[in-house]
Amino acid sequence: MKLLHKLATASTILMLSSAALAVDIKPAVVFDMGGKFDKSFNQGVYDGVERFKTETGISYREFEVTNEAQREQAIRKMAQRGLSPIIGVGFAQGPAIEKVASEYPNLKFTIIDSVVDLPNVQSVVFKEHEGSFLVGILAAMSSKTGKVGYIGGMDIPMIRAFGCGYAQGVKMADPSIEVIQNMTGTTPTAWNDPGRGAELSRGQFDRGVDIIYAAAGGTGVGVYQAAKDAGKMAIGVDSNQNHIHPGTMLTSMLKRVDVAAYNSYKAAYEGNWKAGIHVLGLKEDGVGWALDEHNASMITDAMKAKVEQARADVISGKIKVHDYRSNNACDI
Amino acid sequence: MSDLLQPLPRWIDVGVIPVLNVSMAMIVSSILLLVVGIEPVEAVTIMLHGAFGYDEGIGYTLYYATNFVFTGLAVAIAFHAGLFNIGGEGQAYIGGLGVGLAMLLLDSSMPAFLLLPIALIMAALFGGAWALIPAYLQAYRGSHIVITTIMFNFIASAIMVYLMVNVLIMPGQQSPQTREFAESAQLPFMHEVFAWFGVNISQSPLNLSIVWAVICCIGLWLFIWRSRWGYETRAVGFNEKAAVYGGINPKRVVLISMCISGALAGFVGFNEISGVHHRLILNFTAGYGFTGIAVSLMGRNHPVGIVLASLLFGMLYQGGAELAFEVPTVTREMVVAIQGFVILFSGALAYMSTPFLTRLYNRWK
Repeated sequence: MKLLHKLATASTILMLSSAALAVDIKPAVVFDMGGKFDKSFNQGVYDGVERFKTETGISYREFEVTNEAQREQAIRKMAQRGLSPIIGVGFAQGPAIEKVASEYPNLKFTIIDSVVDLPNVQSVVFKEHEGSFLVGILAAMSSKTGKVGYIGGMDIPMIRAFGCGYAQGVKMADPSIEVIQNMTGTTPTAWNDPGRGAELSRGQFDRGVDIIYAAAGGTGVGVYQAAKDAGKMAIGVDSNQNHIHPGTMLTSMLKRVDVAAYNSYKAAYEGNWKAGIHVLGLKEDGVGWALDEHNASMITDAMKAKVEQARADVISGKIKVHDYRSNNACDI
Repeated sequence: MSDLLQPLPRWIDVGVIPVLNVSMAMIVSSILLLVVGIEPVEAVTIMLHGAFGYDEGIGYTLYYATNFVFTGLAVAIAFHAGLFNIGGEGQAYIGGLGVGLAMLLLDSSMPAFLLLPIALIMAALFGGAWALIPAYLQAYRGSHIVITTIMFNFIASAIMVYLMVNVLIMPGQQSPQTREFAESAQLPFMHEVFAWFGVNISQSPLNLSIVWAVICCIGLWLFIWRSRWGYETRAVGFNEKAAVYGGINPKRVVLISMCISGALAGFVGFNEISGVHHRLILNFTAGYGFTGIAVSLMGRNHPVGIVLASLLFGMLYQGGAELAFEVPTVTREMVVAIQGFVILFSGALAYMSTPFLTRLYNRWK
């Protein structure tokens, strides 16, 4: 018993001494309405902070908001307890982060998908249109019918930017291909409506589409199922969803929110956390396309060469992918 | 047998039964909490402390309660006319739209003492107009108001998204929201009001619209029980044919009561847009319109009961958030489940215990 006690003390001291190298942080995260298990955006952040937790043993405080007023409340509660860095998930938390961060200038805040211009806020935004551009090329090269589809979640500018980048990729690969776009809905339920996703997919298949890119959170699950049932193809989004239906999933457009969340904690832990705007595009590996054992057979060498060439061109600036959000229009 | 029993006295009906219903909900919730491994007493303590234990918590509780008073009163007035207004959500949404449009248009050119009454009137006008269409369809075309008001919720949502995404959005902006209103168009927060008098309280979304909610309660009581129109409303609600025999035009009653109902729901938009967000955003209604139905049922469609029920639901919302914050094993879904039990027992099963209590009362009398 005594030995056990000693061992425990020793290991505690050992742990403390190794932690002393790093900064002692008490991180927190405020998930948004989708909830941390939305199989998409929020879950990406969840994966990132969980990875930090398993690597360092530092646990984090979390909250999932259920209405508009709770965002500010939750972030302020985290701040009142001196937690830092505090991650706000999603653009909807931008105003709340802005308000609380100016009240607590000594704490660190990270906002994902929005820009807050304060000296203690790290804003992480993604060039989703660049990643969508690449999967658009892959879609165009895989289509046999000359028609490809896009199904967005809730009809907001960001989701239109996904669709706009995708359409540009399709048109670059083959200008004759038609892109059919649908939005799932106009309320947040559009993020989690697999039934409607499947219905829209069947509609697009009937119109001759043979591959659909879904940027719709949980709704995408229905799109992929419908594609599998109809023997067509689909493209996943946010995290690598290739494994869901191997043979049906052509690829996934990766948006590495997990990396963004993990990096924020990790940097604070190592003492080199920096405020400012972090724009993550193809160049920064913040977005990309997924190639693994589940879809390797569907991606030909020609497709791979073409998409990698396009990727290099976007990074070098030779190709400019238009961002819908820059002028609220998609002129291609 | 049962017709020999005397009905329950009023104090049991409005006093004992709601308490009993909430207690039953709490017992079932406790079982749920125990299954997950949380001490129910501790959980309730956290909830109560979170809702009433400190000034920020009280602020949030009262802020939620303000919304519930508006939507609860909206359901109540329609209910007195025998109508079931499920469209509070959409009417609140459109009411907020009215507030937002007026403020975006006028805030640069008018002082606060003109802007705030305009905001109030716009909330009532837009909310009322949104209820008027289903009311007209009910009165003159026989379309059932339950169906039309539900559908109008969806139409309201679609209109708002269209306007916010395509027309009103602040350019160069990710989320669909308008620019912030000028200072003069912002209804003061209660912590600001208290600061005028040198009293410091913590920040919360509670704002002056709570005063308007109290005025609405008194106004609605006067309307329903002390005015001729209120008498007509209740007459139609009790028995439409008898009301016609008494010389009342039920079509007019339907229109008037639904307009008032919509206007009251629209004031949620006033609270949220003028008072809290100071800009037009999406989904600020957050289900308050639907919860208003439970609030009204629980409050027996009487302003006093609605205030009490609103406080209870405000406590559930704020205390529930506090619980989810303090105890990591309590997910937000569990909080929703607890709220659901309260709604189930006090709304859907409101009169479940009445037969039993009636027998008990008659035995002990």
